[in-house]
Amino acid sequence: MSRTVSLPPNEKQKPSRTPQVFLNARLIDPESGRDEPGGLFVQDGLIADIGPHLRRNAPEGAAVIDCQGHVLCPGLIDAQVFTGEPGQEHRETLKTASRAAAAGGVTTMVVMPDTSPVIDQVALVDFIQRRARDNAIVHVHTMAAMTRGLGGEEMTEIGLLKRAGAIAFTNGKSSIANTRVMRNVLNYAKDFDALIVHHCEDPYLSATASMNSGEVATRLGLAGVPTVAETIVVERDVRLVEKTGSRYHASTITCGQSLEVIRAAKARGLKVSCGVSINHLTLNENDVTGYRTFFKVRPPLRHEDDRRAMVEGIASGDIDIIVSSHDPQDADVKRRPFQEAADGAAGLETLLPVALRLFHSGDVGLVQLLKAMTVNPAKLLGLHSGRLKKGAIADIILVDLNEPWVVNKDLLRSRSKNSPFDEARLQGRVLRTLVAGETVYQYAGNAASLSAV
Amino acid sequence: MTKIAPAQLTRFPHRHLLSCEGLTAPDIGFLLDLADKAADRNRKVDKKRNILAGRTVINLFFEASTRTQASFELAGKRLGADVMNMLVASSSVQKGETLIDTAVTLNAMRPDIIVVRHHAAGAVELLSQKVDCSVVNAGDGAHQHPTQALLDALTIRRAKGRLAGLTVAICGDILHSRVARSNIALLNAMSARVRVIAPSTLLPSNPDRLGAEVYTDMWKGLADADVVMMLRLQHERMDGAYVPSSREYFHFFGLDHEKLARAKPDALIMHPGPMNRGVEIASTVADHSRSVIRDQVEMGVAVRMAVLEALSPNLPQA
Repeated sequence: MSRTVSLPPNEKQKPSRTPQVFLNARLIDPESGRDEPGGLFVQDGLIADIGPHLRRNAPEGAAVIDCQGHVLCPGLIDAQVFTGEPGQEHRETLKTASRAAAAGGVTTMVVMPDTSPVIDQVALVDFIQRRARDNAIVHVHTMAAMTRGLGGEEMTEIGLLKRAGAIAFTNGKSSIANTRVMRNVLNYAKDFDALIVHHCEDPYLSATASMNSGEVATRLGLAGVPTVAETIVVERDVRLVEKTGSRYHASTITCGQSLEVIRAAKARGLKVSCGVSINHLTLNENDVTGYRTFFKVRPPLRHEDDRRAMVEGIASGDIDIIVSSHDPQDADVKRRPFQEAADGAAGLETLLPVALRLFHSGDVGLVQLLKAMTVNPAKLLGLHSGRLKKGAIADIILVDLNEPWVVNKDLLRSRSKNSPFDEARLQGRVLRTLVAGETVYQYAGNAASLSAV
Repeated sequence: MTKIAPAQLTRFPHRHLLSCEGLTAPDIGFLLDLADKAADRNRKVDKKRNILAGRTVINLFFEASTRTQASFELAGKRLGADVMNMLVASSSVQKGETLIDTAVTLNAMRPDIIVVRHHAAGAVELLSQKVDCSVVNAGDGAHQHPTQALLDALTIRRAKGRLAGLTVAICGDILHSRVARSNIALLNAMSARVRVIAPSTLLPSNPDRLGAEVYTDMWKGLADADVVMMLRLQHERMDGAYVPSSREYFHFFGLDHEKLARAKPDALIMHPGPMNRGVEIASTVADHSRSVIRDQVEMGVAVRMAVLEALSPNLPQA
């Protein structure tokens, strides 16, 4: 079965009729390693030409955009986005999530099946695709549930769901405890070359916990979940993958121990990969001090040593992708005592600016950082985008690496404002976002940003 | 260079029929030839011979099965034997009697042949060690069902004229199937090429080691097959543990006209029964002109007559 997925047609993203030329840019294509000054020519929604030779003269009739030396790179592909559509639209819809995405330079978002109802039926995959086609301003792909209702017991129709357009299969935020079920799902999915994405957290060890187990939890009087709850599941899954030969991705690892397991598995030639959320790259358990519920996420923020291990994992390439784990939660469920508050952090719009902290600190090279959010997720999911090259779809972002700004959560486009980066000082922002050649976001300057074009 | 034909047997060299593993091509040929004659006789008015007159045959079924039991009963009666059916639900095993005690008790009644079906693999062999008579395995768990494989082989041989060199695709729940295991063993012994087609969750470990090419893609697996043998998918398997739904199963592993077209234009369609129409086989395919499903049932009686007849010379004569 083919691994590549064709994009659902999006009427809102009709390719711009006017060709556009971007001049005076710093072109970065993480796939080829290109990082050089030059220009880029967009026509009919595709990158018609790219390179240092595009310097001065624009073809007649083309709109010219002077990039002023800023970075022009592929739009980001975010492989883990939660929304409230269907069932909890007050938290977030595909439309509002896509606006946040566009403002954050995310041109493709992969939505999770943790909705109400759960996306575990062909008809519901179809629903998401049609809603996205009609309302979202960025590309949307669906990850379907691998067990019915995300209950972790009965397999879903993986074959038919894949044919209907599901890009991968997951059990959402819920980890599969029953080893036999996990083995059967991996075994079955392999026949259809379906990618299994798993949230690794032993439910028995993490049931009542609300943060990382350790000194901070002890001082705060909160039940903690140890990192071993994650590593055990990663190890178990890797051993099952060894037996079944399936394709497997650990959705968000958070500690060095888990990374060791993945690294060893890759060395044995297994088709495994892993991702990390932006929260676990830039925040740690100390941020929970004060019982601030915007920092309550699942898996929980870990010790600083583990955060550093995650950063090194991105720098070395052992961790394949970075996701936002965007999980919009309304004020009511967050404004509660810590152990009763809902977990989840909004993060689509701040994904790239926050990730740039790792570049500015010198921990991760810029191309390597962008790679984990563009071509790596593209390859994992079988997408043609994530590349800045001739013939590729014009999903492009223009990024100012240095502009300083302070996050104001009320100005974020997500319907929910649970951002752990509220009031954070960031350096770098997206100036412009194109999806299939169409500008879906443009930064209006230092004044409060206008909504998407 | 003249070809030397395999030695023709004049006598079946085994006391029991427990498994297809261990049967040689001459063993199988001997039984099929006997069965051929029985099949022809069964189409006449007078089907009876008295070769087993005075003999006692007990059908001991720990697992209910109307068709196999009826088939064995008719077989015994047409050979003139006194046939007695025992179904576990009505027996002392429900009262907690062990399998061995049941066997020893029955043995004390001096039967000549016991036909046994049990839900546990190996149970029939265990029983055969405790009795003086001959034992026929009518199915032991997921292990073997030798008379089914024999009747399948007879059906194929009568339709195609041979077994050697034919490509036989067995499709369905291979993991739990004694029919598949017996067929793989028998067809390999007769030099046919066997393929198994199933989702990975319904395949046992190392099926290739049993002597079958493994396919998880039915379109590929059926390419140029001479015989398509469909297995029944039990309802318990369809609820999401092994296979997500009967709808998905039928889409990817059910025998419909589109997939059937991949096999040879004269390919036989077989099923041991009972069929789940619309799950493993489309209704119209089951009733297709190339379906030999009804012939299988007819051959079943003939094959069981042949087995009983073949075992009888080895029974105590005095």
